[in-house]
Amino acid sequence: MGLKKFLDNLKPTFSEGGKLSAFGSLFDAAETFFFVPNETAKVRGAQIHDAIDSKRSIFFVVIALIPAILFGMYNIGYQHALATGELTPDSCPCADIWGNFLYGLAVMLPKIVVSYAVGLGIEIAVAQWKKEEVHEGFFVTGILIPLIVPVNCPLWILAIATAFAVIFAKEVFGGTGMNIFNPALVTRAFLFFAYPSMMSGDKVWVNGNYIDCINGTPAVDAVSAATPLGQLAAGEPVTATPMDTIIGIIPGSIGETSVIAILIGAVILIWTNIASWKIMLSTFVGGALMAYFLRYDGAQNFEWWEQLTVGGFCFGAVFMATDPVTSPRTEGGKWIFGFLIGAMAIIIRVLNPGYPEGMMLAILLMNVFAPLIDYCFVQSNINKRAKRAAK
Amino acid sequence: MANVIKITKGLNINLKGKAAAQVSAAPASKVYGLVPDAFWGMKPKVVVKEGDEVKAGDALFVNKLHPEVKFVSPVAGKVTLVERGDRRKVLSVQVEAAAQQAYVDFGKKDVKTLNGEQVKAALLESGLFGFFIQRPYAVVADPNDVPKGIFVSAIADMPLAADIDVVMKGKEADFQTGISALAKLAKVYLGVKPDSPLAGTKDAEVNVFKGKCPAGNVGVQINHVAPINKGEVVWTIGAEEVVFIGRLFNKGIVDLTRTIAVAGSEIKAPQYKQVLVGAKIGDIVAGNVNTDKKVRLIDGNPLTGMQTNEDAFILAHSTEVTAIPENDNTAELFGWIAPRLNQFSVSRSYFSWLMPKKEYVLDARVKGGHRHMIFSGEYDSVFPMDIYPEQLVKAIIAGDIDRMEALGIYEVAPEDFAVAEFVDSSKVELQRIVREGLDMLRKENE
Repeated sequence: MGLKKFLDNLKPTFSEGGKLSAFGSLFDAAETFFFVPNETAKVRGAQIHDAIDSKRSIFFVVIALIPAILFGMYNIGYQHALATGELTPDSCPCADIWGNFLYGLAVMLPKIVVSYAVGLGIEIAVAQWKKEEVHEGFFVTGILIPLIVPVNCPLWILAIATAFAVIFAKEVFGGTGMNIFNPALVTRAFLFFAYPSMMSGDKVWVNGNYIDCINGTPAVDAVSAATPLGQLAAGEPVTATPMDTIIGIIPGSIGETSVIAILIGAVILIWTNIASWKIMLSTFVGGALMAYFLRYDGAQNFEWWEQLTVGGFCFGAVFMATDPVTSPRTEGGKWIFGFLIGAMAIIIRVLNPGYPEGMMLAILLMNVFAPLIDYCFVQSNINKRAKRAAK
Repeated sequence: MANVIKITKGLNINLKGKAAAQVSAAPASKVYGLVPDAFWGMKPKVVVKEGDEVKAGDALFVNKLHPEVKFVSPVAGKVTLVERGDRRKVLSVQVEAAAQQAYVDFGKKDVKTLNGEQVKAALLESGLFGFFIQRPYAVVADPNDVPKGIFVSAIADMPLAADIDVVMKGKEADFQTGISALAKLAKVYLGVKPDSPLAGTKDAEVNVFKGKCPAGNVGVQINHVAPINKGEVVWTIGAEEVVFIGRLFNKGIVDLTRTIAVAGSEIKAPQYKQVLVGAKIGDIVAGNVNTDKKVRLIDGNPLTGMQTNEDAFILAHSTEVTAIPENDNTAELFGWIAPRLNQFSVSRSYFSWLMPKKEYVLDARVKGGHRHMIFSGEYDSVFPMDIYPEQLVKAIIAGDIDRMEALGIYEVAPEDFAVAEFVDSSKVELQRIVREGLDMLRKENE
């Protein structure tokens, strides 16, 4: 095969001692991207292996994100069209789907490029420095980051936040598999606390820019649109109907608005057993119970179950809480972890006047507690064994 | 009615090339070799010199730590070579077989009339004691220990493993004698599969294990029947090795003839062969291996076995020789997304779940890069013991002896992690790590 030969010929140049050995990790990443590694089993130990590897598992998370990505792009355009008056809330959201999507694609693509370029650049540099393979974990993080920021987040801020998260939330702990916090959420938390005006309020959710080649509508200045959670926090009535929030044609972070798109991803993740259904289910149960108990505290026309359809709840439950590295490793622990995330997210939303959305903080908080939850389960196994020995 | 224990976790890997139930004798080897490494944890002291004449049953080497534990020649003949490697490590002791097999006469004995000490003395003298593996540490047993039980698993459910029913056919009487002899040493626990002809074995507590691989692992059975606590010792021994013991008492000789499976996708005619411990692999598979591609010969099954070659000798505990493709120069494009219909996986990102009956040809590739443990629950789903496998492995990697003990390292052997090593998407060498952990712990505690 031509490509294989080409790579094999290049290999010495990039290997230790070769001219371009400084880019060895990059070469290795490219080689394993194209071809399954040919390493065979050692003399001792399992001589055959399952075809699954972390690369495939991680790319399947990206595949599961595709519905949310595509819908997010469409919704950027749709919200823009609403803001410019091209569409009215009464007109069918199905009007000009293609135009809206292209508009969103044009807005979204630079964010994806920046996120990947910054994150992968750092990962490859660190891998080269540590003489390790490039781990593929960032492929998910890099697409999650643009999905959980408001559409108007400037690219340079996104770049800084991504760099911060990759270095301080991941690489200092030892890279993929060793981090305590979900790196994508650290990016968001960094933005949230360092650039609060870019992350919340009414001005960040709709892109007003004029993109000539795609969309003929003129630019508008600082479009104001409130998310359902923003309205709840302000004590205003929620304007979006439950149907709007489930379909996802509401303002919000790019990937989080459509419950349907996210649930398609959830089905893929559960079916392939890549994300834990226990965490997803228990997050929803925890959120639902807490929303039910706190139902009189929110806006009057907002049903308790609607809490689960707005903001980042679904997205967090399906794609963030289930990060295998930062969630508990024990099966029992997963139930508790998810339940507390769901409950905590709603508590922060409803009872804390400062933060309209609680999902990010709830997950980051429970990331800290994941090892403790595991400790309890593992310790009970240890105690059982000790007790048996004492008998 | 025997106690039935259901094992819910595990994985059966359906490989191509299962041995057909026909048994024939393998051609005799010119030279037989006893490999000390097969008896893990033993320090060999060779007690023969090159040129010595031995009979089947004469000691070739003894355990330096317990010189009463002997390891005996499977054949009569002349010692031709004491093969040594780095730092004079004994790699094998080789005996050129005489034309006529001659056995050391240990004398027929009626097991019923013997007591435990006499049985133990007979096993030590005949070299069969060396077949006991003890837990903790998964090493050769120490004759000074008093085991709380002796566990025998009559289930072989690893991929391509020799079917116990075929192996044991016609050997039931010797097996029963062997079990009765073991019962003089300690309580004997026998694990059998449902409807096994061995379920009626006397002098043992028989437990039926129902479930997927590794339900046949003796470690899994111990964990369900009588888990090992700190300070306790159990011995384990293979089903056919019990037959060796039976033969010793019934016939008065050490006859280390086994029925092994010669199996795998690269074996032309997968079948059973009667071989002597220490026979040359090349003689066992002679003319029966595909030559059109690079083949990996495995001493044992593809999950717990060890890569071998035609010039090597079959190891003492081995119950099969398998052959799989090496495939180290395949170029599989875009493996992370391609459907790869011929690949087997527990993950439903592949399609093997659609074809549960399909027999797979799996090659020796690791099929992925080595990573830290990323995805959780993988080991757990195929590890049917009341132990947290991932946490235990992490404790071993960290060298934390106290934590290893607390997490139950006493109960495990490397083979118990074989299926987990197979399914691991991070490609961690679990069996090697567990082996190192056990050796580390043993060194620490001695």
